[in-house]
Amino acid sequence: MSKKLLLANAHVPGIRTYEVYRREGGYRSVEKALKMKPEEIVEEVKKSGLRGRGGAGFPTGLKWSFIAKPEGVPRHLVVNADESEPGTFKDRYLMEYIPHYLIEGMIVSSFALGSNVSYIYIRGEYAWITNILEEAIDEAKQNGWLGKNIQGSGFDCEIYVQRGAGAYICGEETALIESLEGKRGNPRIKPPFPAVKGVWERPTVVNNVETIAAVVPIINEGGEAYAQIGIGKSTGTKLISACGNINKPGVYEIDMTISVEEFIYSDEYCGGIPNGKKLKACIPGGSSVPILPANLLLTTAKGEKRLMNYESLSDGGFATGTMMGSGGFEVLDEDQCIVKHTYTLARFYRHESCGQCSPCREGTGWMEKILKKIETGKGEMKDIDLLWDIQRKIEGNTICPLGDAAAWPVAAAIRHFRDEFEWHILNPEKCLTENFGLRHYADAIHVPVA
Amino acid sequence: MSEQNKPAVFKVTIDNITIDVAPGTTILNAARQIGGDVTPPAMCYYSKLEGSGGKCRTCLVEVAAGSTADPRPMPKLVASCRTGVMDGMIVKNITSDRVLDAREGVVEFLLLNHPLDCPICDQAGECHLQDLSYEHGNAGTRYEFTRRTFKKEDIGPFIQLHMTRCILCYRCVYVAGQLTNQRVHGVIDRGDHAAISTFISRAIDNDFSGNMIDVCPVGALTDKTFRFKNRVWFTKPVDAHRNCDNPQCCGKATLWMRGDEVYRVTVRKDPFGEVQSYDGKPGWICNTCRFDKKQARDWVVEGLTTISRHSVIGANKYKILEQPKETIEQVMDGRKPKLLMDIHSISEVNKPGIELSELSRPAHSTDFKKADE
Repeated sequence: MSKKLLLANAHVPGIRTYEVYRREGGYRSVEKALKMKPEEIVEEVKKSGLRGRGGAGFPTGLKWSFIAKPEGVPRHLVVNADESEPGTFKDRYLMEYIPHYLIEGMIVSSFALGSNVSYIYIRGEYAWITNILEEAIDEAKQNGWLGKNIQGSGFDCEIYVQRGAGAYICGEETALIESLEGKRGNPRIKPPFPAVKGVWERPTVVNNVETIAAVVPIINEGGEAYAQIGIGKSTGTKLISACGNINKPGVYEIDMTISVEEFIYSDEYCGGIPNGKKLKACIPGGSSVPILPANLLLTTAKGEKRLMNYESLSDGGFATGTMMGSGGFEVLDEDQCIVKHTYTLARFYRHESCGQCSPCREGTGWMEKILKKIETGKGEMKDIDLLWDIQRKIEGNTICPLGDAAAWPVAAAIRHFRDEFEWHILNPEKCLTENFGLRHYADAIHVPVA
Repeated sequence: MSEQNKPAVFKVTIDNITIDVAPGTTILNAARQIGGDVTPPAMCYYSKLEGSGGKCRTCLVEVAAGSTADPRPMPKLVASCRTGVMDGMIVKNITSDRVLDAREGVVEFLLLNHPLDCPICDQAGECHLQDLSYEHGNAGTRYEFTRRTFKKEDIGPFIQLHMTRCILCYRCVYVAGQLTNQRVHGVIDRGDHAAISTFISRAIDNDFSGNMIDVCPVGALTDKTFRFKNRVWFTKPVDAHRNCDNPQCCGKATLWMRGDEVYRVTVRKDPFGEVQSYDGKPGWICNTCRFDKKQARDWVVEGLTTISRHSVIGANKYKILEQPKETIEQVMDGRKPKLLMDIHSISEVNKPGIELSELSRPAHSTDFKKADE
């Protein structure tokens, strides 16, 4: 049983309300933090080794220390609740069931960063959660945790919830800022970075919901205690939203020491794959991270057991590894078609590209069309190489990471499942009714002795 | 580094050519100061429009060393139009295979859904996309699907919008936002169906809207008053000016003429296809000058425009910038050219004493003999 921090009280009835949340020890971190200096809180977060939970895994304390502090210019904290990555729904769970956890983390973080006005940018589809958050903010305000002179500390803080209008791209921090300012959600060209010029040209920190929530246990128990949990640079706990062909889809809090195999098959977590099917592939960190076949997922290319943490999942680079990403864990069993799956993802990225820069605008649509062609049995062998070439020319050449996010799934699918693509092309009629199946994707990989 | 210790000039090396530039210069502008082949192409960047650039990705370059202080290379290719130089920066443009490969990809992406209707496009001959694909693209396409189309939209009496040709450089959006008080058009929708449009279908109507045509690098925005009247390479550009009452209008323009007839009026352009600056201010012109003053008598003609651009009309047709050093005799190993027939002397179409080839302006009807003379 791994240690639970964020979801420790998730089962308590009525935890959504302030009364129960406070009774269970809520807002202790604010009391503690307001007696500290802001720099001490940043230091504590640095010590904790907390890494951004939105996908990139950038050290949070370091990000906070980058924020510019020009005289007389307000600073802002923006919480990125635009959770739109397919397969990711961890923030939704947290905000829906324990909204005060986020509010508490935001007050502490706002104090640390010197933000008197903080924002939650929430995806438009989470309309009902907007109401939940606003109720929680009202409750916090009535009890003196928000507003002017919080708990007599002299620190003022207001939190506003802003709904997006249903664009994946607005989860990219600079596009989010543009959208928050009321403009078209096009990513900005960096530099300047948000830490220097963010919302209304003011220094801004944009953090994921889970990152900000994790500040609460860090302050309560101390950064060093938090860093004790986990392995290496993967400290603390991580929320994983598991879905796909598993017995128990849902949001799990893990402490990043367990193996991928345990996570999929143990009854504590996903509970195995239904109907006695076998594992074929998995995307462990949200749709944009590379897909891995079963054999590479469970063991690294070195032959070690792969663990559910930042380092182990990315072991081997993109050649044989993947990424922790946002924690959207999607499991595919032997009946799933990788070509169809890749096509679905390509369709998503084509639809969500903002259209600002040419490689992403044109390339995502092109990839989708070719994948559709292969999926519908009209593909040619040259299309596979063409797809590879297109993704190569998108990756790294765009303004924001959406180009990479669109390119990686296609690249990984071709890298690991090329024979399935070829089978589709060689069997144009069969592929419409049958699946390629598991084949060799779960076979142990020969590890050359160095 | 403190403010005082910052060097007054930054040394930057682009494709092994080192140049001193002022701090704050972008890589692209530093490369433009060197000129020639090391200048990356730019489809969306427009130095006179604040916020432009970074979108088309044709100007991507490799930074092999960030600066003297931090000589690490940058991991990704960067948009040279939006990346400032640092002292001691080493940039690779045409000397980098990565850059050339990426640029080829960008050109392919830009042409992917482009209708390639150059034969009926008014921009043909002065189109930056034509130049770009000629210089950096491939002859064929690997795209085999139906090209994207849009619903046609009428944006007023002066400007013709062809959304299929648009590369979404956003220049027209910036020019409308920065030149006029009220921008009525912008980009709607997203991704590959993003489109330039007015919200909702109204005419673009302000005194400076015509400049949108001049900043458009492709044939997406063309002059309705010039539409299908002539090919640009048949018209002769002359510099002219007039006293315009509009204080924002610079009154300096290029007239595109054929004989006495003014076919089109545009702003004057610099070697990079951008509007020329006068006293540090971009020389935009008003719609009255552009669309209403279509008579040669409205203007004071200054002389032939010097065109140094590389497209069809720019092939030094009108004013030779550099005369070849060799004479015909040298080229022909000392043999003198033999004149077969001096058309000029026997046709007698022009007035005696007027050497048509030495005119510094387009030939007028007054230069020719009339039938009754």
